[in-house]
Amino acid sequence: MSATTWAWLVLLFPLLGSVLIGVGFKVIPARAAGILGTASIGLAFACGVAMLLNLLGQEPDARHHASSLWDYASVAGLDVKLGVYVDQLSTFMVLVVTGVSTLIHLYSFGYMRSDEGYHRFFSYLNFFVFSMLLLVLAGNFVLLIVGWAFVGFASYALISFWYRRTTATRAGMKAFVINVVGDIGLVLAAFLIFRELGSFDYGAVFAKAPEVFSTNEWTITAICLLLLVGAFAKSAQLPLHTWLPDAMEGPTPVSSLIHAATMVTAGVYLIARTHVLFVLAPTAADIAAFTGLATLLVAATIALVMTDLKRAIAYSTMSQIGYMVVGVSIGAYGAGMFHLMTHAFFKALLFMAAGSIIAAMGNEQNIDRMSGFARAMRFTSITMLCGGLALAAFPLTSGFFSKDEILAYAGARGGMYPIFTVLGYVGAFLTAIYTFRLIFRVLPGEPCPEARELIETGHPHHAHPFNPASGEQEDTDVGFPGAEHHIAEQSLPMRIAMAVLAFGALFGGLVQVPGVDNVIANFLDPVFADSPLAAIHPSTSWSWIGLGIGAIVSLAGIGVAHRLYVARPDIPARLQERFAAVHTFLFDKWYFDEAIDFLVVRPALAIGRFANRVFERVVVDGLAIGTEDVVGGGGRLVRIVQSGFVRGYALLLLVGFAGLALYFLLSSS
Amino acid sequence: MNIEWYVVLSSLLFAVGAMGILLRRSPIVILLCLELMLNAGNLALVAFSKMVGNQQGQVFALVVMVVAACEVVVGLGLIVAIFRRRLPLNVDSLRELRG
Repeated sequence: MSATTWAWLVLLFPLLGSVLIGVGFKVIPARAAGILGTASIGLAFACGVAMLLNLLGQEPDARHHASSLWDYASVAGLDVKLGVYVDQLSTFMVLVVTGVSTLIHLYSFGYMRSDEGYHRFFSYLNFFVFSMLLLVLAGNFVLLIVGWAFVGFASYALISFWYRRTTATRAGMKAFVINVVGDIGLVLAAFLIFRELGSFDYGAVFAKAPEVFSTNEWTITAICLLLLVGAFAKSAQLPLHTWLPDAMEGPTPVSSLIHAATMVTAGVYLIARTHVLFVLAPTAADIAAFTGLATLLVAATIALVMTDLKRAIAYSTMSQIGYMVVGVSIGAYGAGMFHLMTHAFFKALLFMAAGSIIAAMGNEQNIDRMSGFARAMRFTSITMLCGGLALAAFPLTSGFFSKDEILAYAGARGGMYPIFTVLGYVGAFLTAIYTFRLIFRVLPGEPCPEARELIETGHPHHAHPFNPASGEQEDTDVGFPGAEHHIAEQSLPMRIAMAVLAFGALFGGLVQVPGVDNVIANFLDPVFADSPLAAIHPSTSWSWIGLGIGAIVSLAGIGVAHRLYVARPDIPARLQERFAAVHTFLFDKWYFDEAIDFLVVRPALAIGRFANRVFERVVVDGLAIGTEDVVGGGGRLVRIVQSGFVRGYALLLLVGFAGLALYFLLSSS
Repeated sequence: MNIEWYVVLSSLLFAVGAMGILLRRSPIVILLCLELMLNAGNLALVAFSKMVGNQQGQVFALVVMVVAACEVVVGLGLIVAIFRRRLPLNVDSLRELRG
């Protein structure tokens, strides 16, 4: 079979799984739904591997294929096909998405077992994977937008999965609205592309763009900036990032899948996919890179003070995606995609470990109340440590190689770009501190009551049905979290998923070691061959120097975290007291929510109120009520004649005829 | 005989019918007055026909009689229906059609 046939199969299985589980939820037993959901993604992964093998059997330059099933719209110069585009980049994304998703489905199979909405969960989860695959496999901008919007909806459905929890539904709406802002950017970009180039097809657009546009022409810059609006909203970059931390209201596997491993990387994929356009608009690319840099620093500082376990990891996700955006924007495409892959491993793993700990805490997410889980949950602790080490870029773990590759490239590009290297290392330092802040707060020390309960009774703390965000009392019925979640120690599927990811987090970086091997970048190279930036390569010796600096920075960060949170736990409190203003500023997340509220929400509300008061009341109501008055008045006049008095009618008739007769008599004489 | 007498008689009959319709309240009487008006018209038609000397006016009179017969059928049918429903046989109190 050809590569595109495998691609269609990759799309088919998750869709089939979603529809089957969604339609047959009454007949399919819960366990079977979980197996079905996991198997469909597993099959998609297998097809992805087959696609990869198929591509590997061809010449590197011939590894791109387009295939279409039927015409979407074919009218007036518009030619949109339901088509997929298979090349190294989409194959890579398919493998990352399906691979990590399979493991997360496996994890959910155990974790969500007591939830009442088990079928719904797997149906949504499969639909999400289908949308994401549609997004990465789409062969034209129209299908890309379709996948893009589907992903937004799936994210909304999964964040609001516990739909009777008010905080969850609000978070879902927030995510959806901000994502729609991004969708609008993407749609406008597609319009502009079609206006200038006359096609939506990737192949045609990327072939024609260099001929039509001159570098930094305003149209291409506008197109790229609009694409960036879409990318930033999906990938939670400043200032459209506020939905991501709130999205932690969803079940933990969702956080792991959507908000760490796959969906939020869609923006990175978009920039990499349209790199031809960004090469033509270096200004837009620089804006993207600086936004990524700002995001990675801002998010890292916020993660330093967050006390909510999942939210802290969410800010870390934003920060890591900042690295990827920097990478693909400045031209380190292979490195950016490599970081995307390693990040998917260790961040999914961290969320899984966090989910396990939160389950043991009875849904409590505040790290101030956690400690001593190293003794209570050995497996979870070890995997969390693996994920943490990779995130903190501990030497020889996956994050170590992927992050430094981006920074080394920035250094090699010269010009103003070494600033990314320097600030990137600052970000890496902060990353190491906040990662190990979480780990040192949660794992070592005296076991907290919940951890002791687990050690003594062997059963996780029973969840009190309340909302950790608002403290409200809740049911454990449908639409709320189930009675309790399962911990990795007591669920084999969860352990398998976490073990595989831990392996990836620790050793995933070895596929791309400077001077030794370069598997992923070599595989992806032909996709980016047309970019002049792809020719820049940091020398091996510089890469190793960069790795050395990275190792020092990472170890220093871990050392600082150890000193602050293990050796001298009184220092953070004193720092917090001394720099109360800074702490409040960071703890309130740089007031981005408030700023958006002030700059966008309130003016919009004011305009709405003004329109309601002036336009609606005066103009619209005036027109409507005026018309009604005129018609009603006329009716009232005519009603006087309609007395229902038969003899009156007869009189009118007679008088009328007499009048007519008189008139004719007079006029004829 | 002169044509004027016929026309005057016809006008008088018509006026009597019209006044009857306007002043009386019983539907039966109103129906009779209506017939009176129609017959006044017939009389005028026949008289003019005789004066002009052709038969067209008389044919018209026949047509009017047919229409009058139909009208009586409908009118009496209505009156019977009103009577069956025990409604007052008084056109002033039948005012459901008031707007």
